[in-house]
Amino acid sequence: MRFADVVRTGTLGIRGRPGRATLTALGIAIGIGAMVAVVGISASSRADLLADLDRLGTGLLKVSAGQTVFGKDSKLPTSAPGMIRRVGPVQAAGSTTGVDASVRRSDRMPESETGGISVLASEPQLRDVLDARMAHGRFLDAAVGRFPVVVLGSVAAERLGISSIEGSPAVWLGNRWFTVIGILEPIELAPDIDRSALIGYDEAESVFGTSRSASSIWVRAEETRASAVRSVLARTANPESPDQVTVSRPSDALAAKATADTALTSLMLGLGAVALVVGGIGVANVMVISVLERRSEIGLRRALGATRSHIRAQFVVEAAALASLGGVAGVALGAVVTAAYAAHQGWRVAVPASALAAGIAGALLLGAVAGLYPAARAARLAPADAVRPS
Amino acid sequence: MTGHLPLESVDRGDAVIELRDVVKEYPGSPPVRALDGVSMRIDRGQLVAMVGPSGSGKSTMLNVMGALDRPSSGQVLVEGRDIATLGDAALSAVRGRAIGFVFQHFHLIDGQRALDNVADGLLYRGIGLAERRERAAVALDQVGLGHRGGHRPGALSGGERQRVAIARAIVGSPSIVLADEPTGNLDTATGQAVLALLEELNDQGSTIVVITHDLAISKRLPRCISLRDGAIVGDRMPESAGVGVGS
Ligand SMILES: Nc1ncnc2c1ncn2[C@@H]1O[C@H](COP(=O)(O)OP(=O)(O)OP(=O)(O)O)[C@@H](O)[C@H]1O
Ligand SMILES: [Mg+2]
Repeated sequence: MRFADVVRTGTLGIRGRPGRATLTALGIAIGIGAMVAVVGISASSRADLLADLDRLGTGLLKVSAGQTVFGKDSKLPTSAPGMIRRVGPVQAAGSTTGVDASVRRSDRMPESETGGISVLASEPQLRDVLDARMAHGRFLDAAVGRFPVVVLGSVAAERLGISSIEGSPAVWLGNRWFTVIGILEPIELAPDIDRSALIGYDEAESVFGTSRSASSIWVRAEETRASAVRSVLARTANPESPDQVTVSRPSDALAAKATADTALTSLMLGLGAVALVVGGIGVANVMVISVLERRSEIGLRRALGATRSHIRAQFVVEAAALASLGGVAGVALGAVVTAAYAAHQGWRVAVPASALAAGIAGALLLGAVAGLYPAARAARLAPADAVRPS
Repeated sequence: MTGHLPLESVDRGDAVIELRDVVKEYPGSPPVRALDGVSMRIDRGQLVAMVGPSGSGKSTMLNVMGALDRPSSGQVLVEGRDIATLGDAALSAVRGRAIGFVFQHFHLIDGQRALDNVADGLLYRGIGLAERRERAAVALDQVGLGHRGGHRPGALSGGERQRVAIARAIVGSPSIVLADEPTGNLDTATGQAVLALLEELNDQGSTIVVITHDLAISKRLPRCISLRDGAIVGDRMPESAGVGVGS
């Protein structure tokens, strides 16, 4: 018997009962759909993170003063920014230092309501280092150093209720008014800057007595040599006690997120597998019923010369075809769900072709396995019994 | 055991099917002896009626003759080959190639049109679809249904369905056609037409055995085997006045 005939004969039962076939295939479709969607969504999210990483680069490093052996916050030596800028692959560096002051919308608000905004003294270079874009106005520069002006991070501006610099808005910072000259766009790799109000070092020193030594230094290095730079930064920043210096790469957190398989993903995959097994049992069930109903067809085929293997093949193929139908529908369903979810999240859609192929192949295999027992029963029927009118 | 046959037809090479002392017992308590030592032969070109009361073993005998079932003891030779020596595949091949079955309930597959039902008569013989359909169209013409090939069995009358089933039985040019009460589900006139078709096919050379309850039919046919309690109690031969009695 030719392969095309095996397929044609095996799908005859499905074509004859499209309604039943649809309902049976639905179980498989849901299982495969769930699994493809889970794989697709996690792949899309990973692709999005990797694209972010690509866009943001991996050349940004952050040097922070750690704690002394006595548990006190240490400061980096005042020479640190200069030393770091002298390292070859370092393109730019900018330091910040915490200012002991709070910022509020007005002097009538209680001092305790800081909204989680910290005040930082910042070097003008910080903007270039962070590759930060201005939403409004401009950043700190040498010219404004000695005036009471402030640049707000995106979150800080929102919490203070300042959405533009029209009309020169001012905020109550420490004990006096500071004019807002700029608002930053969100900076993905430096969320702590988003929540800060930045003032010049000169002003910070003269008004609040802030030290010139940095608490953090942001460093932009050549991407390919970022690791090498990272390994020398601690010693460069604080040659006397390099162990009190923490060096981090903010993009690492993003990269780690991209490779992590969350527990939720595994759980969803597990649920999809359960749905699939239930679907497979459904196929087996329907096939057993089909064999009972089609006793006389089986007898007829035996009378027409079908061997036991022909009958077995017919029913295994029918079960596999039924399940593949579900597999194809499930893969389509999974892809649509992935696309919708990705669109909602603003991600690019990335459904791995291997997941689609595996979905269909898996359904086919599952169906064939589910068909084994019913097919064996069909093949076992004695031809004379099967043709006898019931 | 075949000594009672008229001399002119004793040409051993011409036997399509031969039963030698065949016993068929169905298990149970007590076991049912459906065939009780039957010996007989069907020669090429014969048209044979098989009659007998209900439960006398007609269907059992037809199934054994057609290799759908194996005897409990005795020999069944289809075209001279003892089917006891054949495995499932070879036995199935004998059914597919040498035997054409016609059943009381037609056994047509509802999901496909008449032409494809007829073409299924060649399905298990390794013939391509196009040729199967070509030959099916010829067979449908032979039974006078050439114009109904595109219809589903559900759209055909009982007589037409049985003619489609007959076309399926003859499409592979089998050595013998075995029909188990082909007119049992049809009214008298339609049954007559189906029988006329079988006679016509016989005229063209087909060997045919028909089980029937209809005495008018059995009288019309040249040879008639009578069964009772699993034994042959009468065998009226063509152009022969004498009635041979089986074992
Ligand atoms: N599978 C079976 N198991 C047990 N007994 C059976 C089986 N098939 C047939 N028989 C018995 O064998 C005997 C012969 O049955 P068979 O079907 O051959 O009769 P028949 O002559 O064809 O009858 P009818 O004219 O009613 O079709 C009957 O007594 C029947 O009950
Ligand atoms: Mg019967």
